[in-house]
Amino acid sequence: MVPSKGNRVRSTMGGELSEGKDRHTELGLKEEDLVDMYRYMLTARFCDERQWALNRQGKAPFVVPVSGHEGAQVGSAWAFEKGKDVFCPYYRDLALVLVAGLTPAEVFMGLFGKAADPSSGGRQMPAHWGSRARNIITGSSPIATQVLHAAGIALAKKIKKSDAIVGTWFGEGGTSEGDWHGAMNMAGIHQLPLVLVCENNQYAISVHESKQVAGRVFRRAEGYGMPGIEGDGNDVLESYRLTKEAVDRARSGGGPSLIELRTYRFYSHTSDDDDRTYRSKEEVEAAKKKDPIPAFERYLSSVEVLDEHRIAEIREEVKTAVAEGVKAAEEADFPDPATAMNNVYADLPGEVE
Amino acid sequence: MTATGVTEKNIIQTIHDTLHDEMKRDDRMVILGEDVGARGGVFRATMGFLEEFGDERVIDTPLDECLIAGVSIGLALDDMRPVAEFQFADFIFPGFNQIVQEAARIRYRSNGDFGLPMVMRTPWGGGVHGALYHSQSIEAFFAHVPGLKVVAPSTPEDAKGMLIQAIEDPDPVLYLEHKKTYRLVKGDVPDERYTIPFGKAKVVREGADVTCVSYGLMHHFCLEAANRLASDGIEVEVIDLRSIYPLDMDTVLESVGKTNKAMIVYEDNRFLGVGAEVSAQIAERALFELDGPVVRIGAPHVPAMPYAPTLEHWFLPDPDRIEQEMRKLAEY
Ligand SMILES: Cc1ncc(C[n+]2csc(CCOP(=O)(O)OP(=O)(O)O)c2C)c(N)n1
Ligand SMILES: [Mg+2]
Repeated sequence: MVPSKGNRVRSTMGGELSEGKDRHTELGLKEEDLVDMYRYMLTARFCDERQWALNRQGKAPFVVPVSGHEGAQVGSAWAFEKGKDVFCPYYRDLALVLVAGLTPAEVFMGLFGKAADPSSGGRQMPAHWGSRARNIITGSSPIATQVLHAAGIALAKKIKKSDAIVGTWFGEGGTSEGDWHGAMNMAGIHQLPLVLVCENNQYAISVHESKQVAGRVFRRAEGYGMPGIEGDGNDVLESYRLTKEAVDRARSGGGPSLIELRTYRFYSHTSDDDDRTYRSKEEVEAAKKKDPIPAFERYLSSVEVLDEHRIAEIREEVKTAVAEGVKAAEEADFPDPATAMNNVYADLPGEVE
Repeated sequence: MTATGVTEKNIIQTIHDTLHDEMKRDDRMVILGEDVGARGGVFRATMGFLEEFGDERVIDTPLDECLIAGVSIGLALDDMRPVAEFQFADFIFPGFNQIVQEAARIRYRSNGDFGLPMVMRTPWGGGVHGALYHSQSIEAFFAHVPGLKVVAPSTPEDAKGMLIQAIEDPDPVLYLEHKKTYRLVKGDVPDERYTIPFGKAKVVREGADVTCVSYGLMHHFCLEAANRLASDGIEVEVIDLRSIYPLDMDTVLESVGKTNKAMIVYEDNRFLGVGAEVSAQIAERALFELDGPVVRIGAPHVPAMPYAPTLEHWFLPDPDRIEQEMRKLAEY
């Protein structure tokens, strides 16, 4: 039976965000960690800006933006152990897969559909992440299917008595799919070593959370026998703190958790969407005031980890690294159609019929 | 197969014993599905497994076929060997998305980076008073999707060899068990462990006059019809496809080259079913061998098998009807 503990669903929204006070030391984060986290957030942001520019130039037919989600993604991903734990992300998770080990060049290989795209060799649309070497499970377009895969992998980890755990990420729209509820149910019944992270940006394309979610996402955890915690996804340290608690619980046999990180997406859903048709400019501008990147920069300078000068330097370094990634990907080859029949099966030749 | 002996068994017993031996052999194997644990499966395919292998390897899942498929994928991704049971083929559809969009496509979409050694077992087919929702044929939906293997053994010997093959297979296999044959069909099963490769049809009865292709329960009906015709001097070559995908057209075409007449019998809807594919390939590759039109016997175009005995009989091809059509084609 699932142990019933008091107050297993809670919100940390509206908590303390004050600057100047060291919040990272008690989380076990060193200054190098903070700088690395900051670099990943910036890398994601600059990759996003570059991919939109390439889209406007006609060089990238399809773009899935991440901007706005970097705090939630880097903070939550940071709580996992690379090389051991398993990531089941969704398409929005550019910053997360960077933390898991993809390089900017690899991201742009995928954007252009080049043969060296580690996720699919140019077979899938951009942002359908996957890489066995980085423990990133291959993703698809149908929403929330990965959440059940994550439950299955977590079940395997439990059967093997491994101390590896599994993380899976999805939007609040994804929580409407049966797959999501099935995974929550399975995770709760078997107390699986699984952390489920909802990046709640209030929209599923155009549909607002109020028409998507009855009640609240994090409160659903209670019905599935696990803790549910809501927090500020624009705060990378808070995202880390909440996820780390869940990760530690999962790793020590304490079962699954649902973390809801509230955030916002700054651009349209994808390059095929126009967000002006369903939300106001004012709303978007107000959300950008809570941009996780400047917020983290303010924190870093307030605790004297980085000064303005160093921040400017790092921004330049990251920009250069992203530009080099774009260049490498632009120069790389497209896949040869002669390979398009490969890997349908492990042991049957492809048939062209 | 060497002479280590054989045991006569029916199909469900064979499946039970094979699953049991494979569970003993490979501790990565996990069985999951509805009622597979305490009850041992509604058809008793996993009877006694829970007690013997424990509840981490014999998992009674929630009533959620999407979950069964999706969790199996996760298990396979982490190098387990899931063998999922879908209680009836008719109820596999909540898992359709996971099977078709995920299981079938994971190897291709990752360009070979990931693969799924997983088996999906399910009882299919009619003739058991199962009506619309306990009689369905589902092979065409799934065989349509590259990335899946779809097999339908019709004898105990094949049931064993193909089940072991499915468990060893590096890709997802939909293993269809015709529920009417579970207890109806008995045969000698070699005691030793062996596999039967997929994509190899079997010429079960030789004949020079007509080639008759089928699978599942229909294979047994075709054999019966062919045996009756023999007394009238009509010799039908009866082929059991065994595997829907990969599909062994070579064996079919070789036979058609000899008999110059072909018929396909299946209990799925005729329209766009396996018979449509087989007959299209015969037309494409052996048109000038044919001395008559390709004959397809399949289910009428209604949504599924109705219940009343008169209606079930109307729906399901039977040896009488098959015999008539065979005779007509032989005399064409
Ligand atoms: C099963 C399925 N239905 C519909 C779609 C089309 N679609 C793609 S993304 C999306 C919205 C998802 O929103 P959410 O889960 O909140 O994630 P977000 O994009 O906001 O990060 C929809 C409807 C899909 N990909 N899959
Ligand atoms: Mg959303």
